[in-house]
Amino acid sequence: MTEFEVSGLSCRRGGRPVVGNISFTLARGELLALTGRNGSGKTTLLRALALLVTADAGGIRWQGTDVRHDRDGWRRRIAWLGHLDGLKGDLAVRENLATACHLREASADRVDDALAAFDLAPLANRAVRTLSAGQRRRVALARVVAADAPLWLLDEPLNALDGPSQAALRAALASHLAAGGLAIAATHAALEVPNARVLELA
Amino acid sequence: MSGFTALLARDLRLVWRRPGDVMVVLAFFVVATVLFPLGIGPEANLLARIAAGILWCAALFAALLSLERLFAADYEDGALDLLLLAPWPLELAALAKCLAHWIVTGLPLALLAPLMGLLFGLSGEGLLAVGLTLLVGTPALSLIGGLAAALTLGARRGGALLALLALPLCVPTLIFGTSAVESVAMGEGFLTHLAILGALALLSLATLPWAIAAALRQAGE
Repeated sequence: MTEFEVSGLSCRRGGRPVVGNISFTLARGELLALTGRNGSGKTTLLRALALLVTADAGGIRWQGTDVRHDRDGWRRRIAWLGHLDGLKGDLAVRENLATACHLREASADRVDDALAAFDLAPLANRAVRTLSAGQRRRVALARVVAADAPLWLLDEPLNALDGPSQAALRAALASHLAAGGLAIAATHAALEVPNARVLELA
Repeated sequence: MSGFTALLARDLRLVWRRPGDVMVVLAFFVVATVLFPLGIGPEANLLARIAAGILWCAALFAALLSLERLFAADYEDGALDLLLLAPWPLELAALAKCLAHWIVTGLPLALLAPLMGLLFGLSGEGLLAVGLTLLVGTPALSLIGGLAAALTLGARRGGALLALLALPLCVPTLIFGTSAVESVAMGEGFLTHLAILGALALLSLATLPWAIAAALRQAGE
């Protein structure tokens, strides 16, 4: 069953059209990988889906309803990983995750599970500024897991991740999809997740 | 926990982890005000007459000094996206950020200013007037500065631009703040001035969070 539907979406960046007439549908348990060269509009498309960028034309529907009719409801349904990690260097790993949950006005019950999923339990009380780039990316991914949202929007989730961390991301994605979640990821490398479809942006 | 309290608690905790940032602002205020008696000389009457203007201007500059980082830190580390994507009004987020700024800047400045007023030989009632007007007037400064900080996000030389944008808007608050102390010196009360400062602060409260939120959305695009 189609949960998420995008039809004829177009947006501009600095007056120049970068995303033109994109349409796709996504059912529960499916992942859509956005591929394409640098500057092909992957990030802009993700930001448009999150309503961070205003689209020129087109529709974004969740369960048949335009998401722009209930923006706060839509924000509750998405978990966001941007190309910046969105972490506070002076807060500990666990504090970062708990704060992110509270900013969503959600409970922080899943923080421990999310930390465990990315093998972050030993780092839970370390300040984020003392972590390496790859470790920070893992914390940002754990934040996505802890958000407990049905749709994950991920911008280059594999960035800076080593082999075991990439495996942890695949496992987290697989269990999210198995539980009926959806995900859209802009990526260069193949995610190697079951039920993945690819949309190549020109 | 509501998102508003979560954001306020987060910002206060971040300041608590790095108290130096606030200390620098307060130290700037102290040093700037101490320089005036040194430069002008020990003329007690003159100093007492210009004390309010100096304390208010120094407080204004000190507040602006700390405002540059108000949204810039969130903009640079990506936390701004999380605020834009939070399922509650961005206007409240703007208010929480400005409130956090006021608690760690405006409030200590209002407590510190009467102490500095002693240096200028202000009367007891004059000291009270300086402290109270700053207490009531600085929320407007935090909100006006917050708007300037949001508008200059991502701009080069944002700090100078921020001051250029914010200072003219702070003029009404500055005028009523300083004239309150003058009217005390002339033997009149300062309740009217305090009421006008309160009205300016409430006007800022009722309008600026929306403007700040709009500027933040623009910066997030």
